[in-house]
Amino acid sequence: MILPQDYTLVYDGTFDGFLTCVFHVYDLKLKQVHIQRKSHAQESLFGTSEEVLTDLEKSDRVWKGIKKKTTAKGRSKLYYAFLSEQKQVENLLLRYIQYALNSTMLIDADFANQDVLKVTQVAKSVGREKHRMEAFVRFRLTKDGLYFANIEPDFDVLPLISAHFKRRYADQKWVIYDLKRNYGLYYDLEKVDIINLSLPDDFDATKTTSEFFATEELEFQTLWQDYFESTNIPSRKNMKLHIQHVPKRYWKYLSEKLR
Amino acid sequence: MSFERTQEKLKILADAAKYDVSCASSGSKRSNTSKGLGDATGMGICHSYTEDGRCVSLLKILLTNYCIFDCAYCVTRKSNDIKRAAFQVQEVVDLTINFYRRNYIEGLFLSSGIFKSADYTMERLVAVAKKLRLEENFNGYIHLKSIPGASDELMKEAGLYADRLSVNIEIPTKEGLKLLAPEKNREDFIKPMKKVKNEIILYNSEKKLIKSTPKFAPAGQSTQMIIGAIGESDQQIMWTSNYFYKKFNLKRVYYSGYIPISYDTRLPQIGTAVPMLRENRLYQTDWLMRFYGFEVHEILNNDHQNLDLEVDPKLGWALRNLEQFPVDVNKADKRMLARVPGLGMKSVYKILQARRFRNLNWEHLQKMGVALNRAKYFLICQSRDFERRDLTGPQLKSLILQNSTSKYQKILSPQLSLFE
Repeated sequence: MILPQDYTLVYDGTFDGFLTCVFHVYDLKLKQVHIQRKSHAQESLFGTSEEVLTDLEKSDRVWKGIKKKTTAKGRSKLYYAFLSEQKQVENLLLRYIQYALNSTMLIDADFANQDVLKVTQVAKSVGREKHRMEAFVRFRLTKDGLYFANIEPDFDVLPLISAHFKRRYADQKWVIYDLKRNYGLYYDLEKVDIINLSLPDDFDATKTTSEFFATEELEFQTLWQDYFESTNIPSRKNMKLHIQHVPKRYWKYLSEKLR
Repeated sequence: MSFERTQEKLKILADAAKYDVSCASSGSKRSNTSKGLGDATGMGICHSYTEDGRCVSLLKILLTNYCIFDCAYCVTRKSNDIKRAAFQVQEVVDLTINFYRRNYIEGLFLSSGIFKSADYTMERLVAVAKKLRLEENFNGYIHLKSIPGASDELMKEAGLYADRLSVNIEIPTKEGLKLLAPEKNREDFIKPMKKVKNEIILYNSEKKLIKSTPKFAPAGQSTQMIIGAIGESDQQIMWTSNYFYKKFNLKRVYYSGYIPISYDTRLPQIGTAVPMLRENRLYQTDWLMRFYGFEVHEILNNDHQNLDLEVDPKLGWALRNLEQFPVDVNKADKRMLARVPGLGMKSVYKILQARRFRNLNWEHLQKMGVALNRAKYFLICQSRDFERRDLTGPQLKSLILQNSTSKYQKILSPQLSLFE
């Protein structure tokens, strides 16, 4: 609940924007502060609300300060948890950062502290989603010789999987597109760029039509579906375990689950 | 590549390969250096899961299911009346590359029935791996089967292109092997395993002196045993497993519950249930040996030849060794914490870290994810509250079973289904 004496900082949703907010908290010695991304921001009748403009110099200073008081693992946890986009995650991260900056010890492994434990857990679910996307991306070869994949991850994991795919598919052009957040990664054999596509109105991401995709694409999908069926052992069937590993919300873009 | 013919072969040769349970794609160090295709440096990735819940990480196929042997437990045995097929080398290469480019797989797991001779078969397996590495610049994961009886020269070449090599010892006892596969003997399995082990040691020591020494089977060796085909005890299985881990530095031993595929009277009949719960308990024991610091004889010995299906093997051990408990969460060393039922290695790590900041109590442990329903009887912590009764092993066991539900409830008490 937002009380009259509370202070709300609204930012653009970037990690640097968030760190700029942290700068403001320290600079203005704010207590009772809430940090909200613009897209989540609610008008409130009480308290003061201020929009913070992302300032790379300020965010950099904050990050340097954090660096002195955290381990590499701890910082990676902060970033992962940030990408969860969960409601109020900024307030949790702020408390974590304040605890780290106030302590003489490195607190990243203080798992009996509830903020540290919570950040660890949120970071872990983001890490799990990252790993899932490394597994569940299904490239389809387009007519232009580009390997195209669409995803709808629970969290904003594209920044986390970029390096993995660049290293692995160094000799093919590819796009991984997040349909939920409407941006993607494009690798052009040299570097990875962030792109926004305006997909045709009649584009159905679950269908592999000859309009967009290479003729051999459907053949390989068929072979993959056949393989998936043949490698199953019916007498060991265990759908509960199957769904635990491949939750249903991912099925629509997994070619082996489309048959 | 003719689509229809490849499709037909793929169905037959994937179906025949599925009884090999290994699908690991981790542990290698092959990186993509020359802007080629693929990278096998990180942890393994399961790209999908079959409906039986097993990981699909590799394109797992046989090169052929023609075989000159007649092992009773094997679906591709000579006397079995099934469709036979054989891939050409180039077909396997094309499938691997095209599946890999679409991010379906981490790489290839290639095995084969034995046609003509061991060396003739091994040569073709090596040819596939060689083509993938040298012509396609492929750095994904390759797991090759070592064919029992293959020559040292071929095994050496295989290790240069493959990340992992494996040879299945199949039956946990020598006597069992003699009964079910009279044409094979254990020495044939062990020969290539020994060669690969020695080469790995050699390459690693050379690597220390000369950095450019090529990699040799960087993800090591593994093997597989069939469980429940010939009435062996858990002790026999795990002692065999321990022997192979120690003697051949194996990375993994897999346990595969026998799936009835034959009317052969030497084997469990078709329709017999796959021993999945037993398989699970064996894997738990395997983990206790490899990660929890247990010696195999602590868990299985002449007095305890089989695992208790009702409780996990660590709890089983603890119930027989109550004099070692309770353990103080805030003082105990890592070795002893790892022996507490309900504490996994991740919880052990969290406890060791967190107790540097403050003494831990039950609430802390619960939030960290410790399975207190088991652990609470074996621990004391920063709390006056702990188990004070002097319970015996059997009392404790029934208390724990009353307060927990096993995911294997149905298998453990089949009579229940009568009343449902």
